[in-house]
Amino acid sequence: MDILQINQTSDYKKAGPLQAHFNPYSYNGGTVLAIAGENFSVIASDTRLSEGFSIHTRENPKTYKLTDTTVLGACGFHGDVLTLTKVLDARLKIYEQDHHKQMTTGAVAAMLSTMLYHRRFFPYYVYNIVAGLDDEGKGCVYSFDPVGSYEREAYRAGGSASAMLQPLLDNQIGFKNQQGVTRIPLSREKAVNLVKDVFISAAERDIYTGDSILINVITKDGVTDERFPLRRD
Amino acid sequence: MAAILVAEPQASGFSFENCRRNIFLEKQGFIAPTAYKTGTTIAGIIYKDGVILGADTRATEDTVVADKNCSKIHYIAGNIYCCGAGTAADTEMTTQMISSQIELHRLNTGRTPRVGTANRLLKQMLFRYQGYISAALVLGGVDITGPCLYSIHPHGSTDKLPYVTMGSGSLAAMAVFEDRWKPNMERDDAMLLVRDAIAAGIFNDLGSGSNVDLCIITKDKVDYLRPYDEANIKGQRQGKYRYKRGTTAVLKSEVKKLEYEVVSSTVVAEPMET
Repeated sequence: MDILQINQTSDYKKAGPLQAHFNPYSYNGGTVLAIAGENFSVIASDTRLSEGFSIHTRENPKTYKLTDTTVLGACGFHGDVLTLTKVLDARLKIYEQDHHKQMTTGAVAAMLSTMLYHRRFFPYYVYNIVAGLDDEGKGCVYSFDPVGSYEREAYRAGGSASAMLQPLLDNQIGFKNQQGVTRIPLSREKAVNLVKDVFISAAERDIYTGDSILINVITKDGVTDERFPLRRD
Repeated sequence: MAAILVAEPQASGFSFENCRRNIFLEKQGFIAPTAYKTGTTIAGIIYKDGVILGADTRATEDTVVADKNCSKIHYIAGNIYCCGAGTAADTEMTTQMISSQIELHRLNTGRTPRVGTANRLLKQMLFRYQGYISAALVLGGVDITGPCLYSIHPHGSTDKLPYVTMGSGSLAAMAVFEDRWKPNMERDDAMLLVRDAIAAGIFNDLGSGSNVDLCIITKDKVDYLRPYDEANIKGQRQGKYRYKRGTTAVLKSEVKKLEYEVVSSTVVAEPMET
């Protein structure tokens, strides 16, 4: 009995300072996906915002129009997404006043990277994908990690179902693991249909992806919106 | 010590052989495999002629759906069924064990088993394991005393109530019951109520999803409806994803003659050629 008590006190009552824990992050799920085409780019996200086993809203698209030719897809912790997009919008407005022109997509991506790395040791818990048009009018996609590492890519999925979508995109757009196929450039219609199909599949298996998707197509004429329903369970 | 390959009859009950080792390994940073948890909506009500049990059909492994159409209404006896939420293996094995004990009891006594008996067997087993068997159950059936419905918690406490819900979607389902349940409901109304309660869990709880299963138990009949309702229709794909022949690379090919022994042969009568 004595031994038991000694064990209990040594196990549960440790001497020394106590640390009070505060967890500033939560995770709100959601998936974004972007594809760069010849003279367009497509960026899409689901519209479910959730936490734990609950859905906060079914109507929260995770794409944010930054300029006439740049759209940001951002998911992870929604509080950080709101702050990040707010600061981004302010920075873009200042740039426009200073330079009398809008930032190019490449410049937006570079600026976002420095903004993320600025918070290297208290990061924005946000997965970002920037889609738009480059200086030659070609579609471009930039993907980021939460602390600012970024690269230009042809297609990219991010967020809760990214690990389900990316291999499908590798196969269907990157023609990975396919032999003797003719690599035809992706048309706008095929890209949009592919986006819908991979999201249908992700909604089947990922509990944080569903309700509907918002698809933005970026061309030199501007950004178009399209909604497409997904399963709601 | 017998060789590992020799099949020895196993000792009955759980094996705790590697518990100390596993605790040690986990302290070293080893991550043990996790069991399927059926984040679930299960429910049951008593209506005019009997009991209706309902369940969703999603099984999850963390945030990924592991099974889109799993069965959560388990058989206990001809007149008793049991919905399970929690760790899939626990609900399945617990109901199987109690089902077998109930069957032996029926054979010994020669009587139709009572729901109260199943309830006591289940709660005593769960209490013995102090909540480590994570099974949350909704037990329902019709016996000599009439329709009975119990909810059983993993630590062994039970409630005998006219309408119950369990699992991660229990609050959503209970909200529907609290709004619309009435004593002595008609069969169709009662079925619709349970469907709507489960559907509330399916749509508002991320741990629940896919279809609604129902089990209607009356004095002389059981209707196990699976699926009763497909709450969500799968999206229609736009494109076609068939690969042309030869898309998959052939890395190596080899032709071998297959040596085989004639194990059996049959003689088949054929009509004579004329």
